[in-house]
Amino acid sequence: MSTMVATNKKGLGATLWDYLTTVDHKKIAIMYLIAGGFFFIIGGLEALAIRWQLVQPMNDFVSSGFYNELITMHGTTMIFLAAMPLIFAFMNAVVPLQIGARDVAFPFLNSLGFWLFLFGGIMLNVGWFTGGAADAGWTAYAPLSTTSIGEGVDYYVLGLQISGAGTLIGGINFLVTIVNMRAPGMTYMRMPLFTWTAFVASALILFAFPALTVGLFLMMFDRLFGAGFFDPAMGGNSVIWQHLFWIFGHPEVYILALPGFGIFSEIISTFSKKRLFGYTAMVFATVLIGFLGFMVWAHHMFTVGMGPAANSIFAVATMAIAVPTGIKIFNWLFTLWGGSIQINTPMLWALGFIPTFTLGGMTGVMVAAASADFQYHDTYFVVAHFHYVIVGGVVFALFAGTHYWWPKMFGTVLDDKLGKLTFWLFFIGFHLTFFIQHFLGLMGMPRRYWVYMENQGLDLGNMISTIGAFLMGLGTIVLLINIIKTSVKNEKVSGDPWDARTLEWAIPSPPPFYNFKQLPLVRGLDPLWVEKTEGRKGMTPAEPLTDIHMPNNSFLPFVMSLGLFIAGFGFIYQKHDLSWLIVLFIGMGITLGCMLVRSVKDDLGYHVHKEDLKKEAEE
Amino acid sequence: MSEQDILNPKHMPHDPEKATLEGKNKFMGFWFFLGGETVLFASLFGTYLALNDSTNGGSSSEELFGLELVFIMTMLLLTSSLTSVYAMYHMKNHAFKKMQIWLGITVALGLGFLGCEIYEFYHYIHGEHFTMRSSAFGSAFYTLVGFHGGHVVFGLLWIIALMIRNARRGLNLYNAPKFYLASLYWHFIDVVWVFIFTVVYLMGVL
Amino acid sequence: MKDWMGKIRTLSLFSFLVIILSACGKDNLTALVPKGYGAEQSFNVIIISILVMIVVFVVVMAIYLYVILKFRQRKGQEDHIPKQTEGNKTLEMVWTVIPILLLIIIAVPTIVSTYDLADESEKENSINVNVTGLQFWWNFEYANEEIQTSQELYIPVDERIYLNMMSSDVIHSFWVPSISGKMDVSPENENTMYIEAFEEGVYWGKCTEFCGDSHSLMDFKIVVVSQEEYDQWVNGMENTDPEYTAEAATAQEGQELFENSCISCHAIDASANNPVVGPNLADFGNRTKVGGVRDFSKEEIVSWIVDPAEIKPGNGMLDAPYLEENSIGQEEAEKIADFLMELKATDEPVDSVQQFKDEANDN
Repeated sequence: MSTMVATNKKGLGATLWDYLTTVDHKKIAIMYLIAGGFFFIIGGLEALAIRWQLVQPMNDFVSSGFYNELITMHGTTMIFLAAMPLIFAFMNAVVPLQIGARDVAFPFLNSLGFWLFLFGGIMLNVGWFTGGAADAGWTAYAPLSTTSIGEGVDYYVLGLQISGAGTLIGGINFLVTIVNMRAPGMTYMRMPLFTWTAFVASALILFAFPALTVGLFLMMFDRLFGAGFFDPAMGGNSVIWQHLFWIFGHPEVYILALPGFGIFSEIISTFSKKRLFGYTAMVFATVLIGFLGFMVWAHHMFTVGMGPAANSIFAVATMAIAVPTGIKIFNWLFTLWGGSIQINTPMLWALGFIPTFTLGGMTGVMVAAASADFQYHDTYFVVAHFHYVIVGGVVFALFAGTHYWWPKMFGTVLDDKLGKLTFWLFFIGFHLTFFIQHFLGLMGMPRRYWVYMENQGLDLGNMISTIGAFLMGLGTIVLLINIIKTSVKNEKVSGDPWDARTLEWAIPSPPPFYNFKQLPLVRGLDPLWVEKTEGRKGMTPAEPLTDIHMPNNSFLPFVMSLGLFIAGFGFIYQKHDLSWLIVLFIGMGITLGCMLVRSVKDDLGYHVHKEDLKKEAEE
Repeated sequence: MSEQDILNPKHMPHDPEKATLEGKNKFMGFWFFLGGETVLFASLFGTYLALNDSTNGGSSSEELFGLELVFIMTMLLLTSSLTSVYAMYHMKNHAFKKMQIWLGITVALGLGFLGCEIYEFYHYIHGEHFTMRSSAFGSAFYTLVGFHGGHVVFGLLWIIALMIRNARRGLNLYNAPKFYLASLYWHFIDVVWVFIFTVVYLMGVL
Repeated sequence: MKDWMGKIRTLSLFSFLVIILSACGKDNLTALVPKGYGAEQSFNVIIISILVMIVVFVVVMAIYLYVILKFRQRKGQEDHIPKQTEGNKTLEMVWTVIPILLLIIIAVPTIVSTYDLADESEKENSINVNVTGLQFWWNFEYANEEIQTSQELYIPVDERIYLNMMSSDVIHSFWVPSISGKMDVSPENENTMYIEAFEEGVYWGKCTEFCGDSHSLMDFKIVVVSQEEYDQWVNGMENTDPEYTAEAATAQEGQELFENSCISCHAIDASANNPVVGPNLADFGNRTKVGGVRDFSKEEIVSWIVDPAEIKPGNGMLDAPYLEENSIGQEEAEKIADFLMELKATDEPVDSVQQFKDEANDN
């Protein structure tokens, strides 16, 4: 990869050490991209195994136990280990640049967030090698999850707990970064929409993830320490888990989708060469969606038996979300209206997103209607709906963002022909896979079914669905080929290959480690565009050339996360044998020790001197 | 601002905790963190309220709780919150020694609270045979109150570590935010306790 | 209310059916051909919401296609800078207010039917069935009749039946798509729903809450019969005899084996006093399916007895001592099957079941 080339001079060991200790948001972004991409492929392979099992009735490609592990890990991996980190990859790569900052507010915590996510992700998958991964569904409803045999669900609980802590840290980091680190003139209402969505998503993370944290703690106490939160025999109540899970789980949808909307807003505006139509309304809609996202969690629970009053309230509240979402769709359409639309790969994804997500939104309103949901709930209709939303809204955005910001992250442009091929394979495959599933659900196929019976009218639909899934797989392979091809070719591009509008394009690709030599003066929405229309090539600096303060690298985040990873095994295996408590204490000791070191050891960072900056500019 | 200005400032501003960008970031980030903590405790309170009658035939809150000890604990913690305010007052006036003394008193009161809590739990477990495994109520009680107790332990260790680390060199712009955040954390713990006192103990006995 | 909903329904039903033609799925399984009150209520809301949403989709797609075709960058226009519009208040009002109105169109019937489907005013005067969900089968206890059966719930046509549902292990969910939407069966709270079927027949029921290894095989049936047949069946069930002795010689041997190995979990009479451990077998001879999923035949019964894990992984019968002791082979199982097939509440199966079996044989 191009960054590798840049750092190759240092040798492999030094590069590795550099990445293990880096606190640079751009390098962390690359690590998020690689790790998230890796888990995306794992989750995709699990999906293909699921679809292959369902290619014909009463198939026996995998056993029911293994199938349950596959569906559980597919969902968990895709949400927590692929979509979330990939969103974080772009937030890291782009947000500081878009607001004209030299780094995030807490570079150390940024690194810690990444390593916690990665070790949590590995922890989740350790179960595969120790007698079976988690098998209670990604929602892990009690008491199925609390009574699940083996350690699979324990790995799920500990893994999510660790990676969830990382996400929470990341969320706080971006909130503070966006509030405190904006360049002179970058007012809130001049922030690019991606930054806005990252901001709202971070706020959602902050208020949603603690509910999951508590849910996971309760489940951990039930499974590992004999508590009875969800055990009816001890007076517990399993519905508490469902509430806690969905109080987190529904905002999670918007944590993923809102930055996706942000990515599309940037792309649509850039490639129609127009400022975003109804920017103020877009910001307002983003905030409103985030707010309403907390009011609707129980629409996942219409069949739990909450009674008609609660069902009606949550149904109407849920439908209300369609209004701000609709506002967004129309604003995108009217950004395109009258524009000069250039259709390249990122734009193609954005154009594919609009009808796909509209369909997902439509079925969203349909499933929100409680009395109709009695039929849809837990069937393939719902499976189709949330894949339309999460693949159509999030994965499409991630593909789009990958092609759009690749030049900024790596200094090269991904091949457009291969990019378009990826799009068409994935897009057609996606609709083949999931459109038919709406009907499968209504025709009587519940979700999480290992087999379906013959002569129930479900054969053809499932066959089509499986074919589509493999097309999506093919599309992903083409993207990988594209990445390799582009990296080998290594044709460097300018800082602004798309003739774009926002601040990140005002600096070289990839940017220097301090981002902006002089902080830019922002004079309007789409700051770079403002300068361009007035005939300038770049931004006007807001400060004289001075020393730049930079944070020190640190190995502590890695070690701290490793400590929790080790402690996780102690937590799990002490249920069989109390001597494992030693492992628990060692692990926690490492983590707490690192925290102590961090607290008492001064770390003031260093300065890049202006003489060096000048020298660099002359070279 | 150079390292020297931060570690040995010639002039201490009135709000040393917010004098640097790092300090401002920490200040804001910590408030956000406390927002997340609020959701965490809200979830625990919700769980407790859903399960506080699920005694499964075992001890109930009426049988277990006595208000005398809890009242003492409440007084200890409320007072410690006040003493940490004094400490911060002296920090803003750059009176490092006085700040350390008041922080010391805060820690002592916190340790007193913790001692009472340990005694309380010990009494329930060995005297009343009421544990986390007794019933869903037991699980919810120990989790909620235990989480708070864990926060107290962490807060104490944090303040003690800061006091020892900076005992010799005094206040500067680098450690002022740290002291300030630790005291903020301590206030938060105190507020949570007020809710625990009301929801768990008062409502449990009445 | 009912009137215009009916009109919309007939009209839309027609167009909807044309669109997806025969792709409505299997009769008595699919939710797209409702044959019960709950399913019909849900279907009305489904149709209303689909119609509204299709309007929205058409509008969005029309604008979408227009802008893509009209405003695509032409050759030689690469340097063209379009007008930078900030927004348009009127337009923005339009696409805020109209969706709100459209949502109200969906919300009103949703709320009405949600309350309607939760109505318990007639519970006292209706047939009440206590449903228990277990990994991976269903027990049905008729509260007033004091009988119980498993896997196949007999109900009279056009009659409102109240189901009081609880699980004895993990959460399950009770779904008979053609008759009614689903309701969770939870281990701590009793959930009540009612069902009412409009046509006689055998309906497919599915478990829709992920419940473990054989979640996908936790099928059950609702057998809808005439009032007369229902009364006969209840009468027959009430008279099933715990002391029943088999008639055929092989069946007698089978009964002996059954009493040694099976009776501790499976009752052969329908009394509600029998504990719910394994499925009640009082009316086993008239079952439509073996284990809920296999065609009803002696071979299938035998293969179930010999290796229940093969048909339903993880089911409760895997703990049965006979499997560990390996005391029942092919031959013994055949004898037990002979005995089980003699167990009937009514000499002849009800019409619905007979028809169902005939159709199964045709396939």
